Amino acid sequence: MDLVTFLIQCLNSLQYGLLLFLVASGLTLIFGIMGVINLAHGSFYMIGAYMAFALAPIVGAAVGGGFFATLLVGFVLAVVLGYAIEWCFFSFLYGREHLQQVLMTYGLILVFEELRSLLVGDEVHGVAPPPLLSGSLPLGHVMTYPVYRLFMSGVCLAIAAGLYFVFTRTRLGMMIRAGSVNPEMVQSLGIDIKFLFRIVFAAGTALAALAGMVAAPVSSVYPGMGNSVLILCFVIVVVGGIGSVRGALLAALLIGAVDTFGKVLLPQAAGVLVYVLMALILLWKPQGLLRAG
Amino acid sequence: MGAVGLAGIVGLALALVPAFAGSFAVDFVTRIMITAIFAASLDLLVGATGLVCFGQAAFFGIGAYAAVLLTPSDGTAAVLWMLPACMACAAGYALAIGALALRTRGAYFIMITLAFAQMAYYIAHDTALGGGTDGIYLPARPTLGFGLDLGRAAILHGFVLVNLAVVFGFLALLLRSRFGRALAGIRENEQRMRAAGFSTYPYKLAAFAVSGAIAGLAGFLFAIKDGFVNPELLAWHESGAILVIVILGGLGTLRGALMGAVAFALLREFFQSETVFGTFARHWNLGFGLAIIACVALLPRGLAGVPAQWRVRAAARPTRRGAVR
Repeated sequence: MDLVTFLIQCLNSLQYGLLLFLVASGLTLIFGIMGVINLAHGSFYMIGAYMAFALAPIVGAAVGGGFFATLLVGFVLAVVLGYAIEWCFFSFLYGREHLQQVLMTYGLILVFEELRSLLVGDEVHGVAPPPLLSGSLPLGHVMTYPVYRLFMSGVCLAIAAGLYFVFTRTRLGMMIRAGSVNPEMVQSLGIDIKFLFRIVFAAGTALAALAGMVAAPVSSVYPGMGNSVLILCFVIVVVGGIGSVRGALLAALLIGAVDTFGKVLLPQAAGVLVYVLMALILLWKPQGLLRAG
Repeated sequence: MGAVGLAGIVGLALALVPAFAGSFAVDFVTRIMITAIFAASLDLLVGATGLVCFGQAAFFGIGAYAAVLLTPSDGTAAVLWMLPACMACAAGYALAIGALALRTRGAYFIMITLAFAQMAYYIAHDTALGGGTDGIYLPARPTLGFGLDLGRAAILHGFVLVNLAVVFGFLALLLRSRFGRALAGIRENEQRMRAAGFSTYPYKLAAFAVSGAIAGLAGFLFAIKDGFVNPELLAWHESGAILVIVILGGLGTLRGALMGAVAFALLREFFQSETVFGTFARHWNLGFGLAIIACVALLPRGLAGVPAQWRVRAAARPTRRGAVR
């Protein structure tokens, strides 16, 4: 592998890791604070990608179009969706056995996947990147790197920075951090934990959907696209430490690098590397890399 | 009527299926019974011990693959040694990964069992050992002896039923034994069990190995029924589905494992039925998913908890005389 290829793989692994972080950050919050093992999180990623595909003509007809307008509309819709889903399907489950929620999210996966099939169909669709970002940057003499991938990394970094700000500098962030360490104590301090749950669920849904929308031009849009991301994100959440957003970032970059370089250097064992890594990390640190908070 | 009488009636009804039903129904019931054995193995961990294992399909798949790989290519093998050998393969893997995975707890345990199961999946999927993505055919069905041919649907049905009865009987006794009580104690409060002087780790590890062995048995039965194995048997979808069956049926009850397996298969069959839904049956997952959601909303303790739920509701309803007072 020469230097330019290595550099491109580094950029790819960074971009992939950051994208995974965007999905996993929502999952770790929902998991850490609400204790909900949300199997439907991958579906929100899938819904996001399909929104990028299906909303584009509608938004185009309404406000004259543009990729960024579609992103914004999709993001708002995802917040509303997350809020409604928490209200309809989860709000009555908190007093119950945690595994009941797993069953609920399993049912939701099936429903979302079929609704997608009914509404949009089962074909694979491509989504065009916005013209502004569709070019490539030259790297060395023969290689190029697509601008859109750099934009993806940029969006993810901006979101990560935004999350960092919310968590460390705002009152809401303080409540969320406290909630991920000890939800009962937060409740006894007079904070409306149900409202907090709803906010966190809506935010997590929106982050996953945003990741799906941003990824759509690169990965294209296809049935079942949420499933592979879902398992990787659970790996990230657990490796990083449940409820820890910083841990999720660290773990996502690690998993992104292992997966990308694994496919290049050890293609016959690429699939299993991520799981070997998780097993080793959990045997070394049974609580994940970083503690929540 | 006690639980033993009920089990006897269910067993008798299952035994009579081949006498009255067509070949499709016999095959369907045999499949459900294999799923019930598999579900019971997981319930020993999730329901009885409180260990949520998200890699149970690996034990099932290892049992199935062992059945295929251990059959000598030039002849047939005997069930007498094949069955224990397949169970031992699955139990050995369970023992090895349990020894490591039990260092973690809660969600970390869920994910590390998934990780080890995925490793087994990729070994079956990507190496020459398992025949790759295409899977492998069973060279020949093992022989049962006594002139019974497992290739005949009715004989296979009876053989699976005997296995089901033995597994459920064994688990019922196990859960009533001192060992089973210790597992229940670990589920309720592991800290307190340790304070009471129990070294909990060997108990959990033993439960893990027994569970793996039973799941391996289910896999073995599956392999001789279908005569074919492929890597998807070990995939995480299967681990998830069996977990769903156990939760749907009701945790910590043996009858829940059977009821969950029956309900899961019937619901799927119902929503896939083209006579009921016509062309919409293609989208059977929608109805199936909604049915699962409805079950969660309405049945907090799973299907096995329905009678108790009714009793509570009947007791809570004010009687006429009480209302006047």
